Amino acid sequence: MASTEIMTVNMGPQHPSTHGVLRLVVELDGEIVQKVTPHIGYLHRGVEKLSEHRTYHQTIPLTDRLDYLAPLSNNLGYVLAVEKLLGIEVPERAQTIRVILAELTRLKSHLVWIATHALDIGAMTVFLYAFREREKVMDLYEKISGARMTSSYFRVGGLSREVYDGFEKDVREIVDTFPGHFDTYEGLLTKNTIWLQRTIGNGVISAEDAIDYGITGPALRGSGVDWDLRRDNPYSGYEKYKFQVPVGQNCDTFDRYKVRMTEMREAVKIIKQALDSLKPGPILADAPQVCYPPKENVYNTIEGLIHHFKIASEGFPVPEGEVYQSVEAPKGELGYYIVSDGGTRPYRMRIRPPSFVNLGAIEKMAKGAMIADLVAIIGTLDIVLGEIDR
Amino acid sequence: MIMPLLKGLGITLSHLFKKPVTLQYPDEMPEVAPRFRGLHALNISHDKAKCVACYLCPTVCPAKCIKVEAGEDENHNKYAAEYEIDMLRCIFCGYCVEACPVDAVRMTQTFELANYKRADFVFTKDRLLEKK
Ligand code: SF4
Ligand code: SF4
Repeated sequence: MASTEIMTVNMGPQHPSTHGVLRLVVELDGEIVQKVTPHIGYLHRGVEKLSEHRTYHQTIPLTDRLDYLAPLSNNLGYVLAVEKLLGIEVPERAQTIRVILAELTRLKSHLVWIATHALDIGAMTVFLYAFREREKVMDLYEKISGARMTSSYFRVGGLSREVYDGFEKDVREIVDTFPGHFDTYEGLLTKNTIWLQRTIGNGVISAEDAIDYGITGPALRGSGVDWDLRRDNPYSGYEKYKFQVPVGQNCDTFDRYKVRMTEMREAVKIIKQALDSLKPGPILADAPQVCYPPKENVYNTIEGLIHHFKIASEGFPVPEGEVYQSVEAPKGELGYYIVSDGGTRPYRMRIRPPSFVNLGAIEKMAKGAMIADLVAIIGTLDIVLGEIDR
Repeated sequence: MIMPLLKGLGITLSHLFKKPVTLQYPDEMPEVAPRFRGLHALNISHDKAKCVACYLCPTVCPAKCIKVEAGEDENHNKYAAEYEIDMLRCIFCGYCVEACPVDAVRMTQTFELANYKRADFVFTKDRLLEKK
């Protein structure tokens, strides 16, 4: 009788399918995975600690760099948390634009997911097509905020500036053309035998386990748990929009694939509704202690100048207290817990990144799987190391 | 079993006849948006830099990469005797532009910032003024 031996293999941190600098220590019995231990922290930049030495305003660019595939969702969660602590009301126009951009961000993030996930499993064409479409959203990002990835577009109290002329036209073009592109991806994948064999029955995690591990977002809904913060704990005016929350049944990679594909179509619907309801109006809250005054006032009046100096040089104090605000980011529940001691800087900021929590479930999902299926499991979890390591 | 694969092949084949989307950089340059946050430039008015050395931009800069030194000119006006941005530390957030009360600094569409030496990334006042 042949004796077998458990082999320990290192996957990453420079592995193309780990979507960043993730290192997995895999214990193998032949080709069967016995145990997976993720080793993280290669991308740690200390965002939480850094924020304690930055004003509330200066922390916004740090949040861009968490989930760099969805910077505006990160901005949104952060500004909502600070606004909640300050108790300020954001004007409707700013809220609607935030929703449009947050949903475009969802599209952008899911396009990277479908691209890399398919590439990992061997469908290279989808990768090229999805990146082509993602470029459209990136262009819009650049036009509206001035950067393709590190947008820093939202401000506490509203938006940093008004949208550009032609914004609505550009968004309409995206929502009109994207469903056709989704058909293309689905045409390439949904009935493709290789795709089906690689995804059906792969990475199964039951609803109960998913909840126990704290999984959120599409990965949770793929396991049949009907939970979406946009609907169940609405923020930024999401209660006004009608959309379906897709859920899966079989708890496997294929169901999570279907959930995310449907989610993209639903995101397009939300953007359409938001565009239709977009009305002219102010984009900053009426909160002079927090928001910069308009530039004309700064250039032309002494009151405006003094006001501007005060906010730029000191920042704004936030009342003492603590707050938790979470948003449904493309990858799951992104939460910010901020403690304020009444000063102009966060006393403590704790970020709950969805990828970090979701990655924890890999030990459960990968146990007993083939080593080749491990990349499919990483892909279906849709992790981003920027937010795992912070 | 083979039909879905053929259908997929049909999709890829149809792309063969579409216009390519790849931009042949650097032979072709991308169209950069007007709001793009690239290399900084100091604005000029009456043949002088507009900057009045108010120190707002170094104060708001999250990366702390701006160095300003105030000086006094012959008319006893405050001006920036020194103005330096370290592009290796800059995160291109645009906060300096947002904070400037006299519209003295702006960000341009220049995005090709590669260079050979670390010292070449420190943009002094003269270099920032060069851009019209
Ligand atoms: S763009 Fe941001 S990081 Fe760069 S100099 Fe201006 S404020 Fe500082
Ligand atoms: S904020 Fe404007 S005027 Fe003040 S130091 Fe900076 S560039 Fe000069």
